[in-house]
Amino acid sequence: MKKYESWGRYPRVEHSRVERVLWRDGLPHLSNIAETVLPYGYGRSYGDSCLNEAAALIDMSQLNRFLAFDAERGVLKCEAGVRFDEILKVIVPHGWFLPVTPGTKFVSVGGAIANDVHGKNHHSAGTFGCHVRQFELVRSDGKSYICSPTENTDLFKATIGGLGLTGIVTWAEFSLKKIHNPFIEMENIKFSHVDDFFEISDEGFESVVSWIDCTATGKNLGRGHFTRGNHAGLHITKETPGEMMLPFPIDAPQFLLNNFTVKAFNSLYYHRQIPQKKSAVVHYNPFYYPLDMIDGWNKMYGKRGFLQYQYVIPFNGNEKAVTRDIVGRIAKAGTASFLAVLKKFGDIQSPGIMSFPRPGVTLALDFSFGGNKTLKLLKELDEIIMENNGAVYPAKDARMSPESFKKYFPQWEYFSQFIDPKFSSSFWRRVTA
Amino acid sequence: MKKILVIGATSAIANETAKLFAKDGAELFLVGRSGDKLQAIEADLKVRGAVRVASHKLDFTQLTGYEEMIEASINTLGGMDAVLIAHGTLPDQKACEESPEKMLEEYTVNCTSFLKLLTLLGNYFEKQGKGTIAVITSVAGDRGRQSNYVYGSAKGAVSLFLQGLRNRLAPKGVHVLTIKPGFVDTPMTGHLPKNPLFVSAQKIAKGIYSAMKSGKDVVYLPGFWKLIMGIIKAVPERIFKGLKL
Repeated sequence: MKKYESWGRYPRVEHSRVERVLWRDGLPHLSNIAETVLPYGYGRSYGDSCLNEAAALIDMSQLNRFLAFDAERGVLKCEAGVRFDEILKVIVPHGWFLPVTPGTKFVSVGGAIANDVHGKNHHSAGTFGCHVRQFELVRSDGKSYICSPTENTDLFKATIGGLGLTGIVTWAEFSLKKIHNPFIEMENIKFSHVDDFFEISDEGFESVVSWIDCTATGKNLGRGHFTRGNHAGLHITKETPGEMMLPFPIDAPQFLLNNFTVKAFNSLYYHRQIPQKKSAVVHYNPFYYPLDMIDGWNKMYGKRGFLQYQYVIPFNGNEKAVTRDIVGRIAKAGTASFLAVLKKFGDIQSPGIMSFPRPGVTLALDFSFGGNKTLKLLKELDEIIMENNGAVYPAKDARMSPESFKKYFPQWEYFSQFIDPKFSSSFWRRVTA
Repeated sequence: MKKILVIGATSAIANETAKLFAKDGAELFLVGRSGDKLQAIEADLKVRGAVRVASHKLDFTQLTGYEEMIEASINTLGGMDAVLIAHGTLPDQKACEESPEKMLEEYTVNCTSFLKLLTLLGNYFEKQGKGTIAVITSVAGDRGRQSNYVYGSAKGAVSLFLQGLRNRLAPKGVHVLTIKPGFVDTPMTGHLPKNPLFVSAQKIAKGIYSAMKSGKDVVYLPGFWKLIMGIIKAVPERIFKGLKL
């Protein structure tokens, strides 16, 4: 029986009903539903932005047909429930890749638009919304709107990053990125302190991401690996490895992920590469989607679930010091996990009103949910982010306060005029209370 | 297996199976009731890799137009390597008990239409001396039960017909596959309460795809239904008649 949860499995809520959409002409009659509704894809958002407690969800996962693929110009049109992994299976053999992809390929096209997802290539390609050419939005007024940069522009900009609140996206058309093969030429550089992250260049590399050890302290504070790569040139040929997914089948017991095990793992992981710099050619799967190799890795956090926190602070001269400060606090608090990802956002603007990425430094963290201790630390971090005119990413949030949300997204009021009155989410009600 | 006729192509299981063949670059002829749905599926299968896709509207609540449909399929695809027969409904057992007309209507869709198709296709494949006839019946056809024996007996009749057809066509080099799914989560069972035995249409499709390619005779999908139905069939009639299954 299908469960309607978010990826962090916190909070866990009950919905009044779930309507499943099978065909584009089979959308539920919203006037027949008393409660508010929210479209739901594959529940890969971490917090409550994909939940609608005590109200209705519209399960879009079976609206998953391709409509057209122009393999010459690299344009794909498909229904909103199509998943990124299905898209890759179709387009990669024709020499195309997703223009922007988040760290998991198990997201829907609708979800990618609703969260205006970003990936390791923000500085070179912007967000997913930057590559959307048009989509169809169906609203509770019974009308359907074709939205593009030139048609129904307001709805276009509101829906990108609009968290599913403006209506139902039924299909979308977007541009693809030309590639020669499924491989990535990459370099992995070890750095011994988070300050060093700022010295390593990303010039000439499309995709850049760093993993840092949030349990190390002192002179090892925020040590990590800086990974930079490009889609491989024509000269690369390799046997394509088969897809292999190892399932994480059960809820892991509480003791599996605690500060000692995480510290130990981080230490081993940091030292796994002996030379300071290593180059390799890898398949796109382990480069873009390392965690997807473990199906259901969120269960590693056990039944209590976990919280994700991703913030961005702008380039204001302070970013190095602030990053050091934040990483120091997390290491001291001893509540971190091993999934700490550090990146820079570039200045390619997204059309989305509520888009999260802006030029600056962004850090994404997992926290095993340890009750008040965890919430207190995150509130502390919120204070720092607010002080620095940064923002926290709604797609990952389960606990930010209305006060901080309104500071992170001062345009929220302007955005709300485009929200469809029949649509709502647990996230939205929480942050606009 | 390149040229495939898919009957009941808009059904969830057939649709998922067609996707797998599309990936192999198959040529597909889709038959169903709804022109809009067929069109949507056509476009999807083309993107997924089908070299050619065409569709044809036909309603199996009646028994005419079958010869024309088969001819259209052969002409459009330039032959036929395989056929998957997957159309059908899940009858309201109670309504069928109360109305013989309703019962006969359901029998047309779920039994007689299949038998007519198999008569025509059986002859075609026999002449050709090769090919695959794959038909979705059901575990319900293994034993008559008070909760769904109209459906069960219709499917059971088809399973028996296929067994005879297999016996006739095996020496002629034609593969006849009986597909017996258990509980599947599709629009057909949308109104039924779900239990842990339900599986996705995708899972069934994978089983059908591999059984069609490997030349199996009868497949229970998922495989554990073979054991379950083995037990059900073994229960003596004097006991079974008192059960409420």
